[in-house]
Amino acid sequence: MKNPFVMDCGEFHVNYKQDMRIWKIARVRWRVFLLIAVFALLPLISSDYLIGLATLCGIAAIGAIGLNILTGFTGQISIGVGAFLGVGGYTSAILTAKLGLSFWLAMPMAGIITAIVGGLFGLPSLRLKGLYLAIATLAAQVIILFIISRWDAVTGGTAGLVLSRPEIGNFAFYSERSYYYLMFTILVLTTIFTLNLFRSRVGRAFIAVRDRDIAAEVMGIDLFKYKVLAFVVSSFFIGIAGALLGHYTMIVSPEMYSITVSIEYLAIILVGGLGSVFGSIYGAVFITLLPVVLRAGVELLSGVFPELSAVLIGLKEVAFGLVIILFLIYEPQGLAKIWKNIKDYFKLWPFSY
Amino acid sequence: MDFFLQMLVTGLVVGSVYALVALGFVLIYKSSDAINFAQGEFLLIGTYVCLTLITSYNIPFIAALLIALLFSAVLGFAIERIVLRPFIGEPVISMIMATIGLSSVLAGIVHIIWGHETRVFPQIFSDQPVRLGEIVIAPVYLWSLLIVIIMLLIFTLFFKYSKMGIAMRATADDQQAAMSMGISVKAIFAVAWAIAAIVSAVGGVLLGNINGVNASLSAIGLKVLPVAILGGLDSIPGAIIGGLIIGVIESMTGGYLDPLVGGGLKEVMPFVILVFILMFKPYGLFGKKEIERV
Repeated sequence: MKNPFVMDCGEFHVNYKQDMRIWKIARVRWRVFLLIAVFALLPLISSDYLIGLATLCGIAAIGAIGLNILTGFTGQISIGVGAFLGVGGYTSAILTAKLGLSFWLAMPMAGIITAIVGGLFGLPSLRLKGLYLAIATLAAQVIILFIISRWDAVTGGTAGLVLSRPEIGNFAFYSERSYYYLMFTILVLTTIFTLNLFRSRVGRAFIAVRDRDIAAEVMGIDLFKYKVLAFVVSSFFIGIAGALLGHYTMIVSPEMYSITVSIEYLAIILVGGLGSVFGSIYGAVFITLLPVVLRAGVELLSGVFPELSAVLIGLKEVAFGLVIILFLIYEPQGLAKIWKNIKDYFKLWPFSY
Repeated sequence: MDFFLQMLVTGLVVGSVYALVALGFVLIYKSSDAINFAQGEFLLIGTYVCLTLITSYNIPFIAALLIALLFSAVLGFAIERIVLRPFIGEPVISMIMATIGLSSVLAGIVHIIWGHETRVFPQIFSDQPVRLGEIVIAPVYLWSLLIVIIMLLIFTLFFKYSKMGIAMRATADDQQAAMSMGISVKAIFAVAWAIAAIVSAVGGVLLGNINGVNASLSAIGLKVLPVAILGGLDSIPGAIIGGLIIGVIESMTGGYLDPLVGGGLKEVMPFVILVFILMFKPYGLFGKKEIERV
């Protein structure tokens, strides 16, 4: 009989089917079910404030998974996420508030429209690489934001648009708890889709493009198709996240989608781990909670250093920048790698390797 | 016609400041393949230091400017050594995010020390407008143009004749060959960052004299990107020409198109042009095309 107190010291697969599973070991499968159960039950015992925070984390995670498909897995840097979130949010707002469509139709539409816009701005990606592409997406950010804030007739200009919470029949998702479950369902679906995507032909092609695009082309991967496809798939999820965020805050306005947001999302996937689906979730939680924790810390210390709360905004920026730099220097593969290191340590314990 | 000339001159002046800041950006890219998203914050810090020296310590403008430049140079050195050194040879995204992180830290520090409100430089240049034929120019614009031209001239000579300048060009051309000739590549990187910080500070002080100083001045750091891309990221003449072109286009858009759409197009136009340029010339007007091997 197996000793229940020791872990397997490696994954040994004896056939391809085993090797291609998402969760390779039964124990991991159970852990995932357990995690889902915990997060599904969490709102029953926590306060509205915590549930609200969790919802924001989850929405950020959906967008971050989208961005990670593009930047982490396909290697195309995008500084335009903020604007794409805006496209999603505004599409949903216009469809529901102005045209009277139901949220359940408007949200997928928001994803699709954002995907089209993303694909459009992804077109230059065949000829542009690295830095040049990053700056082209920055241009997308500036141009889209300009259109959003100036096209008053459709977008409501700088005042923005007011949204309502989604409804099913007579039930509206007004409470924090119900919206959390909505977000959670979509997050789980997104995660499963993305995990599966990278077990498929398309996903493998994405990774090949990231690792060396010319080599990928030599091996018969249509670079143009897959690069644009990466933009499309990634923008779809970002659009969905934008729509969810819009209906959660119940307002969309241009300043919600500034370049700071784009940078925040890049920081999320960087801190979480480039090219890691779960890393995107860890990163989203980390970066979303960073200012919250910082504010709590400042409030705690305000008795001792009363001038601290006056410089809170500055402190937030400094902390945000420091987190990025420190992660880049000490753990470029992010929280996902740290978690893996911890697991590896216990897997081999008491030996070091 | 008057209006056109007026816009042209304004555009050239602002464009020349862009050219100066873009020069620092290109310099860093050329020597160390790093992209500096914190250029705007360099500019901000240099400007604030100069302003504080003038207003709080009553130091004359020229002396304050020199001290601010010295400070910027030291800041550039320090940042290169502490933050950027670990990222040499790392993928583009690490470099981009490192400088974005750096810009966030610097912006936060500026907020903490100097707060948010707009400050103005005390009157340094006379406010008696100068008449050139039919157009009227504020002296501060003329001085800015003059200072920028002098700076660009100094740097051109520096790159052409000084030992350090030649070493920098050699490093940009081929790092390994430069190293084997006994050039300290690390020293070159440090000098490139120091120069970048210096030119940004000069640009910031000039713009601060024109528009007043607040945190939004660092937006120049983003505007420099279209300038640098337009001219080609690794071309110094490209940065200068790109700066002038973008400056003029911006000013013309502000003069002729903004009244039609209700403002704001001025800030977006450089990016629209950027997209078009990238479609047809992915390496800018004067950039060197990269040849990749598998």
